[in-house]
Order: sequence, then C-alpha cells, then structure tokens
Amino acid sequence: MRLACPICGTRDRREFYYKGDAVALARPDPDAGAAAWDSYVHLRDNPAGQVRDLWHHEAGCGAWVVVTRDTVSHAVLDVALARPEAGGVQ
Amino acid sequence: MVDLMAAGPAQGILPLDVAGFSIRAADVGHLTHVAPFAGQAAALDGALRAAHGLGWPAPNRSLDAAPGRIIWFGREAAMLIGPAPGAALADHAALADQSDAWAAIEVQGAGIEDVLARLVPVDTRLASFGQGHTLRSQIQHMNGSITRLGPDRVLFLVFRSMAATLVHDLQEAILGLG
Repeated sequence: MRLACPICGTRDRREFYYKGDAVALARPDPDAGAAAWDSYVHLRDNPAGQVRDLWHHEAGCGAWVVVTRDTVSHAVLDVALARPEAGGVQ
Repeated sequence: MVDLMAAGPAQGILPLDVAGFSIRAADVGHLTHVAPFAGQAAALDGALRAAHGLGWPAPNRSLDAAPGRIIWFGREAAMLIGPAPGAALADHAALADQSDAWAAIEVQGAGIEDVLARLVPVDTRLASFGQGHTLRSQIQHMNGSITRLGPDRVLFLVFRSMAATLVHDLQEAILGLG
C-alpha cells in the first residue's frame, strides 16, 4: 500500500502511522450535549466502502493527512492535508 | 572543575572504509531547526537570503551556499546547517539549536544508490533524487533525513543516539552488495 503525501509525494505505507476515523477533525463544542460527545468519542461506522481516516506521516514530513479509501477494493481515493480550513482543529 | 571533552556522536566508530565506501562523521557546525511563524514564510525566505545567501527550501529540496546549507526537514520546517543563524531570522521563525541532537554522517562511494536502495523505501536513483534533493524517510527502521551532496555522496542525519545503528545499517547494506 502506498499513500501520496501531498507534501512528500507517494510513499510506502510503513512511513505512516494510522490513527483512526477523521471524525477527530470535527470536535463538537464543549456544550454540544451528551449525545454529540457520545457520538464523537465512541460511535463509529464500520462501512464496507469508503472511509476517511487520519494518518500521520511519521517517518516523513510529520504532516497529518486525511486518507479516503475503499475498504472493499482497497483503492486509495484521496489524500489531503488535515488543515484547520478543512475542518481541522486550530 | 573537571576538564570535559566534547565527544562527537560517532566518536570511536568513525571514520570507516568499507568495500570502497567511505563513512565519515560530517563536520556540520551548527544545526538550527527553523520553523516559520504563521504567514512569515516569504519574509523568512528574504531573511535567509540576506543573512546566509540561501532561502527557504521547497519540500524535498536543499539549498547550498557555502559555508551554509539549508535542508527541508518536514512540514513547514527546515534545518540550517553550518553557520549560527542570523539574528534577523528570529523575527520570522522559531529557531531551535539542535547541534548536539543529530548525528551527521556522510557516505561517499561509487554505487551509493545501491546502498540507499537497500535502506530507504523511496526511489533514490540520481534521476529522481539528484543534487539539491533531500528526503525525510526511513533508513532501515529509523526515521532520518537523507540529502544528496553529489553523484556519489550522501549526508544522513539521524538522532544522535542512533549513530551506531546507522553505521551498522550502512555497513550491512554495503557488505550485502557483494
């Protein structure tokens, strides 16, 4: 598996560390309520299809990237920098 | 007060000559990690030109202007190598002296691409990794920085504590070429 880091170029999967669902970029407001926080912290979909995950280019540029990939075909559809303007945290 | 002696990261291990390759501790002088403040990249580029004749390197690139060199070191980060940083740089970037934190090891020899191919999971042939190119990647299992200094010369930077591991990995790769 290879991921196209937007900064470094296409690199081997071993350079990346997997974090999990990119839901971490959409942190609810502190007073959003228990349901929103329960969903944010605990509830994950497990789709056969497209997922958006956070990966860390640990052995490369150090950037956090959002990888869109298909769990059925294993196709990597998109790799984008996790930025504040893309829904990331400041 | 005891008289303390400075020891290089690879003291007692290097220099080494292995099967036509020379492995040397590089005398790099100061290592300054440079991280531009938000929106200051252009101003920092100007300050680097004025102070060191360099500039801000693009990703995967290094700039060379003796006695200084700056190598791209990650997202919005670079390592200034050689001279102490000009005072004006501090207006535009966070500067961290990391001179003692890295082992700088230079390898020279014909066929160095075959050595790199055994250690680094990136295409490091001259056509795609030429003079003025640099990488952040892995050397065996170790995160590091790899910079092309010439057709048969490469500079490795790894954490200081990993100097012996790097030298070991280099030797194994060279000897494995047969």
